[in-house]
Amino acid sequence: MLKVEERDKFSDHLLASGHTACPGCGQSLAARLVLRAAGRNVIVVNSTGCLEVFSSKYPESAWEVPWIHSLFENTAAVASGIEAALKVTGRLDEVRVIAQGGDGSTADIGLGAISGMLERGHDVLYICYDNEAYMNTGIQRSGLTPDYARTTTSPPGRASMGNWRPKKDVPQIAVAHGVPYVATASVGYPMDLDRKVRKALSIRGPKYVQIHVPCPLGWGTDPSHTIDIARLAVNTGLYPLYEVEEGELRAQRIPKGVPVEEYLKLQTRFRHLFDKDGAKEEVKDIQRVADQNIERYGLIVA
Amino acid sequence: MKITLGTVTHPGGSRVNKTGSWRTANKPHFLHQRCVACNVCALTCPEGCIFGTGQNTYYANEDYCKGCGICANVCPVGDIEMIPEAGEYG
Amino acid sequence: MVKGRMLQGARAMAEMSALCRPKVISAYPITPQTLIVEELSQIVADGDLEAEFINVEGEHSAASVVLGAMAAGVRVFTCSSSQGLLLMSEVIFNIAGMRLPVVMICVNRSVSAPLNIWNDQQDSVIMRDSGWIQLYAENNQETCDLLLQAHKIGEDHRLRLMLPVMVCCDGYLLPHAFEIVDLPSQEEVDAFLPPYDPIYKLDIDNPTTMGAYADPEKYMETRYMLQETMKKSLPIIEEVARDFSSSFGRTSYGLFEKYRVDDASTVVVAMGSMAGTIKDVVDELRDQGEKVGILRLVCYRPFPKEALYEALSGAENIVVMEKCISLGASGPVATDVRSVFQGRPATPRISGFVLGLGGRDVTMDNVRYAIHKAQQQLEDADFVGLKEDLELEGINA
Repeated sequence: MLKVEERDKFSDHLLASGHTACPGCGQSLAARLVLRAAGRNVIVVNSTGCLEVFSSKYPESAWEVPWIHSLFENTAAVASGIEAALKVTGRLDEVRVIAQGGDGSTADIGLGAISGMLERGHDVLYICYDNEAYMNTGIQRSGLTPDYARTTTSPPGRASMGNWRPKKDVPQIAVAHGVPYVATASVGYPMDLDRKVRKALSIRGPKYVQIHVPCPLGWGTDPSHTIDIARLAVNTGLYPLYEVEEGELRAQRIPKGVPVEEYLKLQTRFRHLFDKDGAKEEVKDIQRVADQNIERYGLIVA
Repeated sequence: MKITLGTVTHPGGSRVNKTGSWRTANKPHFLHQRCVACNVCALTCPEGCIFGTGQNTYYANEDYCKGCGICANVCPVGDIEMIPEAGEYG
Repeated sequence: MVKGRMLQGARAMAEMSALCRPKVISAYPITPQTLIVEELSQIVADGDLEAEFINVEGEHSAASVVLGAMAAGVRVFTCSSSQGLLLMSEVIFNIAGMRLPVVMICVNRSVSAPLNIWNDQQDSVIMRDSGWIQLYAENNQETCDLLLQAHKIGEDHRLRLMLPVMVCCDGYLLPHAFEIVDLPSQEEVDAFLPPYDPIYKLDIDNPTTMGAYADPEKYMETRYMLQETMKKSLPIIEEVARDFSSSFGRTSYGLFEKYRVDDASTVVVAMGSMAGTIKDVVDELRDQGEKVGILRLVCYRPFPKEALYEALSGAENIVVMEKCISLGASGPVATDVRSVFQGRPATPRISGFVLGLGGRDVTMDNVRYAIHKAQQQLEDADFVGLKEDLELEGINA
């Protein structure tokens, strides 16, 4: 057992060690950071997925806070029910509600329930851990899988160059619901993530925070590079970090647009975009996506 | 072992699972020479198994460390090295 | 002087639900259930019930909202029918597996396709495997009485039941009909039904993890626990019915109602409102000297095998009439009734009839026909009341 004096200066063990995430898992790190920012007075609702599976195998639970997992697509609805119960018993000032899930359960199967929760104005923070595919079931394509990424259901082959659709813009869907706070974050910038979660929890009403989390297994990256890869995604412009508070956008600047090639070539899921002659045409398409983000959000000071 | 109604479990039970046994290649070695106690290693460890109370005091709890190497990679002063599991070079 | 008020069924059910003090109510519109939640919505809006009323975007979410609220430690209510019940079916199984004593009303309606909004019992019967206690009412008064008992049964602490309960009533025939219903006062309900006291809940002062996953070494035990608990709930259901009867001075039947069964050689078995029509035929046949009776099954799950054997073993002919069919096999209720007699000394002839699907009227003629046919020969899943003059593509045309 760990002694109290061995803890570091921040108490951050609300997601206990001993969970069975892959070494270097971005999502496990992000989940721990979220709880660190949230503290003990939270009830967490989790969808089915990697995070749920590696932390709650009966009878071992890694969760030090009250936590419930129901199904894959109803996280936001279960959270709505918990929030309603807390509201009617007068405990909503004391206990905050966090609903969380991966990109599959957020952008695809669970989008209806999320839309309902945002529209009804429940005081719940929804967090999406975006590792850009259905990782728990073995790396299948989701609505947040980026252009040309290899997944098992969007593999490159003789007739395909991989995933042929761009990422669904779920943060903008949340903004369209008129909620008080929407933000994107990255596990590559842990203190920024911490700030955003704390800010979100201080606001009453529905909030949406989407966190980019590398998956070494699904992306084909070195486990030790999780933080670096996440930072590269931000600094190429492919994963813009911004906040929208009461409808006002505040984007976070990047020093310069790092060429997307530097980000893509570190990941096996994009290996088919490179051959002995260098980068293929499709890399230019991805560069265009990054450039459009830079333009749209004003990520680089002219 | 008891099966509770609805498989309800109590907090922190995962600590019985000593994931340190997963390491096959390397583990982190904290040099304690240049450390500035920025706490980034402890912050970015996915297992939450790095602890420290000030400069040159940081270490990884080897019962849980999976050897991913993030800490060695993010340390801004290069005070963490990944060394072979046996603990010695060569 | 008859005690009670002339009320539309849905209004009575809504008032009864409100008397049980649910704190979170969530439902989605679907005919013929909508009337109940509209009434509840008005009760909440008038401040007569302190509850959160959550208008969700679908039945899957309605069931999920009440799951979450019950896990957080408060009493809840939801209501659905047909397609809505099927849409929330995943959550129905989830609620039972998580041992949350949610109570809902299923307003029985047929299932698509083709679309049909009228009554039969197919929707709730499909859910019989889910681990929910299922109680079927004959009239609005009984629906309300069972609703009150349902909360008490599901929340029973002594045997750690923690089972969800579904009270079923026939769509249109019951909620839309006007009937004199005697509803208890709030004080009487509070005396009968104590506040919800969860065994486990989501609480920052005592954190728990709910909904852990169970690998092959653990899962089977959880289903065994549910099966055994459902069996243990049979005497509780009877006990609560007896308590209800003595508290409110009105008979509640517990597992089933026996109408002129004890010396009957032909016994009809049925659930729900069509029992009313069947009782009229029973009286008529009795007047003609036939020894006929009807056993109206109230508690369909858990299936009260032992009690049914005792009640039915004296009969020569058992005539099961149901408003549902397990397509490709037999009537589900008939199949269950047959299982009562497996390997037992008494071996009555058990015939099964399917009536009233999709809101088709169950007439006294239909009932007479089925009884007399069963008395002559064994029938299985015989559809009664089909229109003779229609051409059915692939069948007779």
